[in-house]
Amino acid sequence: MRAAVSFAVLSLIAVGLALSLGHVPFGIDRMEVGRYYLTHGLADTGAANLVTGVVLNYRALDTLGEVTVLFIASLGLGVFMSLSGPRNGGKLPPTSLIVRRGAGFLFPLILLLGGYIFLHGHLTPGGGFQGGAVIASGFLLLYLGIPGLRLRHGPFTATESIAGLTFVIIGLIGLGVGGYFLSNFLPKGSPFALFSAGVIPILYVAIGLKVGAELAGIVANMIEGGEEG
Amino acid sequence: MIYIALLNVVMLVAALFAYYLRDLIAAVVACAAVSLLASILFYLLQAPDVAMAEAAIGAGLTTAIFVIAIRRTGRYEE
Repeated sequence: MRAAVSFAVLSLIAVGLALSLGHVPFGIDRMEVGRYYLTHGLADTGAANLVTGVVLNYRALDTLGEVTVLFIASLGLGVFMSLSGPRNGGKLPPTSLIVRRGAGFLFPLILLLGGYIFLHGHLTPGGGFQGGAVIASGFLLLYLGIPGLRLRHGPFTATESIAGLTFVIIGLIGLGVGGYFLSNFLPKGSPFALFSAGVIPILYVAIGLKVGAELAGIVANMIEGGEEG
Repeated sequence: MIYIALLNVVMLVAALFAYYLRDLIAAVVACAAVSLLASILFYLLQAPDVAMAEAAIGAGLTTAIFVIAIRRTGRYEE
């Protein structure tokens, strides 16, 4: 009986799929939205990097959602790690002088690279998420290179909150000036210049700082564990 | 073209290692190898944005977070 029912349901789904996919022509380019972005993207958004143009202009609301998801994940991990009790094997082994000094020497350079990636997100490949991840990996290097390091979590939280607020406030200003949420209300300037593409660089700096602070907070919570409470 | 095929084969082998290894730290390293090769593949397929995100998050941060979690729990799969 069960086998017959599942067979009937499966064949129904197969017939439906075949009927609906049968209308799609095979081997013909149907990417009309993609073609529109490629031909009009630079004029519409002013961003030389078309990926950034899509992520922060046509689909900026989705980006806000992504950042929110990451924020909630970071928050949940922080709550979970502070609720769990003491655990075994949490202490990192000591490192040599060369590793400690090397980590301290490389840390500002890694932060600089991350900042470069999100400041030039509208010109070259990369952007807020990539730059933020690079910044967080700098903090990870610092934690691994210097065992027993304890950073204050206040600056992480403050950076994250201010950056998130900036994103939403710019979106609301765009709603007031341009007529829809996150509209690009600043002048677009000449393409390929550092100060171009309107609000996109400001939004990417906010996203880069927010993602960097969130991921660094996740790393800090994982390594420090529930010790801070 | 031959490079892409070679990368795919090595990625598949690393993914099988990640599935079959009992030592979880070794399995995580195999996962990191999959991510790193995927990022090279994205770069060869002309998607540098995705390649950067995959290298920084997939091969870097995720591996570290998994290793920390394994250190705090158990190293071997039962």
